[in-house]
Amino acid sequence: MINLKVFLKGLQSLKGTRSPAIPLAACFIALGALLKDAGFNIQQSAASSLFTYALPGQLVMAESLLVGASIINIFIAVWLVNFRLYPMTVSLFPLLDHKSQPKWKYYLSCHFLAVTSWLIAKDGYKKINKKNRIDFWIGIGIGTWSTAILMTVIGYLSADYLNKEMLIGLAIVNPVYFFCMLIGAMKNLSISIAVIAGTMLGPLIYIISTEWALLFAGLIAGTIAFLFGGNNG
Amino acid sequence: MASSQIIILAIIATSVATFISRFMGALTSEKVSVKSKVFQWFNCVAYSTLAALLGRMIIFPAGVLAESDLVIRLIVLITCVALFIMTKKNLVIPTIISAILLGVLTNF
Repeated sequence: MINLKVFLKGLQSLKGTRSPAIPLAACFIALGALLKDAGFNIQQSAASSLFTYALPGQLVMAESLLVGASIINIFIAVWLVNFRLYPMTVSLFPLLDHKSQPKWKYYLSCHFLAVTSWLIAKDGYKKINKKNRIDFWIGIGIGTWSTAILMTVIGYLSADYLNKEMLIGLAIVNPVYFFCMLIGAMKNLSISIAVIAGTMLGPLIYIISTEWALLFAGLIAGTIAFLFGGNNG
Repeated sequence: MASSQIIILAIIATSVATFISRFMGALTSEKVSVKSKVFQWFNCVAYSTLAALLGRMIIFPAGVLAESDLVIRLIVLITCVALFIMTKKNLVIPTIISAILLGVLTNF
């Protein structure tokens, strides 16, 4: 059903000099501590990472709860911030597609789609035989997802020992990791334009509209990159 | 502080709002060929959206990171990206250094 060898290869992306374990640990420990602050118990904190597993959305949820926002407001705010997962899925899953693989694998494993797992898969899919790429993806997904859940619990338990300075230190790790991964991904003109224009437009549009900044910046910068970047793989 | 019921509803709302985008993505992917222009456009938009999120996280961070200085955040980011390139794309070193450097510079 699942090619174990390829699955393990995906799982092993947690090891080595390109491991995402440290940035994942840093941000989900910080999240666990924040959720405790927001009044969550340990089961609820673990459930949040288990069922959502998308950090920016979970941050929005926790902060909205702290200011007493309604459930509908939380739903819309999270949907807007996590809508990025839609283009991310569409730019990854066709690469993993194979006729011989059952559809349920794709429908279930799309839950593992987050920035970290996406960047690792985009970086490594070419080395895997087309037929087994989905199992490689499931390996990456299970590895990063379970790390995130475990670290949320550890963050919750260690919340009392973390002072503000330590939390600020933890918060910078993830953006730095993502930036390095994005710089590493700039292998052709269109992706380079997409990354540079996106980085500039994101904060610029944020000044005008906090909620829609991501969607508009992504659409505009991405379209510019598509039109002017030429052919890419 | 929110009640337990509200928290559970918030977890469900957050998870559903997140899964919708992923699942729609999986459904759309069935109709998109890797060689098509549509795929290339989605690829560009995905990288741009991610870069936009990161640009925002550094310039206008949410949460505790907002309490650090923008200049310090930029210094940390540039130093760590330089380290990443110099160490032939090692990711462990720049990520560990980032937290230490931010702490040191903030207290300097």
